Amino acid sequence: MDKRVRFGSLSSIVLLLAFIGFAVLALFPLYALMLASFKPAQELFRYGLNVRWDLAVMGFENYKQIFLSHEGSAGHFFGWYRNSIVITLLYTVICLLVSSMVGYGLAMYEFKGRNLLFTLVLVVMMLPVEIIILPLYKLMISFTLINSIWGVILPFVVAPLPIFFFRQFALGLPKDFMDAARIDGCNEFGIFFRVMVPLMLPAFGAMTILQALQSWNNFLWPLIVLRTTEKFTLPIGLTSLLSPMGNNYEVLIAGSVLAILPILILFIFFQRYFVEGLTVGGVKG
Amino acid sequence: MPTVVTDSTKNKLAGRRRSKLNMQIVAPYLFVMPFILSFIVFFSYPLIQAMLMSFQEVLPGETRYIGFDNYKKLWNEDFFQALYNNTRYTFWTVVVLIPLPMALAVFLNSKLLAGRNFFRSTLFIPALTSVVVAGIIFRLMFGELDNSLMNSILHLVGIPSQKWLQSSSLSMLALIILATWRWVGINMLYYLSALQNIPKDMYESASLDGAGPIRSFFSITLPQLKPITIYVTTISIYGGYAMFTESYMLWGGKASPQGIGLTLVGYIYQQGFEYFDLGFGAAIGITLLGITLVVSMLQLLASGMFKKEA
Repeated sequence: MDKRVRFGSLSSIVLLLAFIGFAVLALFPLYALMLASFKPAQELFRYGLNVRWDLAVMGFENYKQIFLSHEGSAGHFFGWYRNSIVITLLYTVICLLVSSMVGYGLAMYEFKGRNLLFTLVLVVMMLPVEIIILPLYKLMISFTLINSIWGVILPFVVAPLPIFFFRQFALGLPKDFMDAARIDGCNEFGIFFRVMVPLMLPAFGAMTILQALQSWNNFLWPLIVLRTTEKFTLPIGLTSLLSPMGNNYEVLIAGSVLAILPILILFIFFQRYFVEGLTVGGVKG
Repeated sequence: MPTVVTDSTKNKLAGRRRSKLNMQIVAPYLFVMPFILSFIVFFSYPLIQAMLMSFQEVLPGETRYIGFDNYKKLWNEDFFQALYNNTRYTFWTVVVLIPLPMALAVFLNSKLLAGRNFFRSTLFIPALTSVVVAGIIFRLMFGELDNSLMNSILHLVGIPSQKWLQSSSLSMLALIILATWRWVGINMLYYLSALQNIPKDMYESASLDGAGPIRSFFSITLPQLKPITIYVTTISIYGGYAMFTESYMLWGGKASPQGIGLTLVGYIYQQGFEYFDLGFGAAIGITLLGITLVVSMLQLLASGMFKKEA
């Protein structure tokens, strides 16, 4: 009853209206993008990005061009999509495997240099990678990893934030399980993969989302490493369409919609992991 | 390992146990090996290289040490412009992206608001959008055309069309709006999880003592939110000084008019990959490192101070 009175009060109505306003502001740019993706590019040049419904000019032409045309940027689009998917999958799988191992090792074993290593993890976490991109670029040249997906993946695949997160998570796991498994004849890696990884699954959920999203949206490093059009990932490819001549805007706009669509769909199903994954940094605070 | 092979099972067991013990000593190093390798190859080595390069003139095929020349070159208008842009951007993101998400979280946490889960998810959705796609949208919204979204909003209140991305203050406004749109949901969630960790009985005893909601907010909520505020401020400052993609998107990777969109990382990128002056680029990077270290020190001081109070 208390609740009903509160919901009806003037302040709760004002609050609700305010939040409806915020929600509209949050969704509005995406809505405008989606609407533009159904309009020809000339409309965009003549009237800018707007929210006018004009059924006379709207249609699926841009999407048809992306899906059916094999020429120009439309022809490259699914190649970029595939590159993004391949890099995101490889990066996420390897990153989770190695960073869970490192985090677990730091949490569960006493060994010389452990505290030093953990401090180094924190140091890497704190320094922006942009400081070292030029020497890292030179290093990629000497490894001949320029213009290769491994050049995009390898330098950052052992990521400090997931290591930190897995360590914090593993600290809460019972160490008695390790001894029990040892008595049963399990070796150290068997303990990790068969006993501990299943216990760490919630951490894997949050980290999968965080790392996959980061990789999918990553910009600066792939921009530096990937040099030819057919090797581009989605963000790099889309950016390359922002030419002043603007003959590629059909692909640019509809392609942007297609780039965020899978993430929005995944978000609907795995909301909890998204929220956990993206606010993980807060455990530091 | 047993050197003599015998039939005795006792010996075998002892040997196995010993190798297992060895394994227990070696295993942790194997677990952390990926980090050690990656740290040496992809972090320490490039970092040392960056420091060396900043004292070098790096030409194809030959490098030579030129002392502090690269750092002396930093004394130029472009660098100050970039530093000014980053500082201004960082200042405004902190001013907007701390109180606004905090207020949203406080209301989302209160029973007064209906549909809280829905609003939480909706306000979070922009954070899923990549900076690239967000940049494409906002670049078009802030277009110069009379009919572009921002200009038509201006017309509603009787202001004529603006060339948003040609003016220093208007383009800064555009960048801040873009950052706010994309980032408010994440900071809001940080605050929300911090709010949910405040013990309820603190509020109960406060209201027994006759404190109203506003008084409770200032004497309970705000102090309890201090650690997360320090954290959010720190990542905002890091992010602000390392900002690159947002401005790259708004000006399409080209030089912005009078350098209004130039950032420190953009300057590194320009010097390194457009002018191939790697030494100078490295010197900018090391300067950015210095800024980051100062910020970290301040953060440590601030959180240390909090510990004394608590």
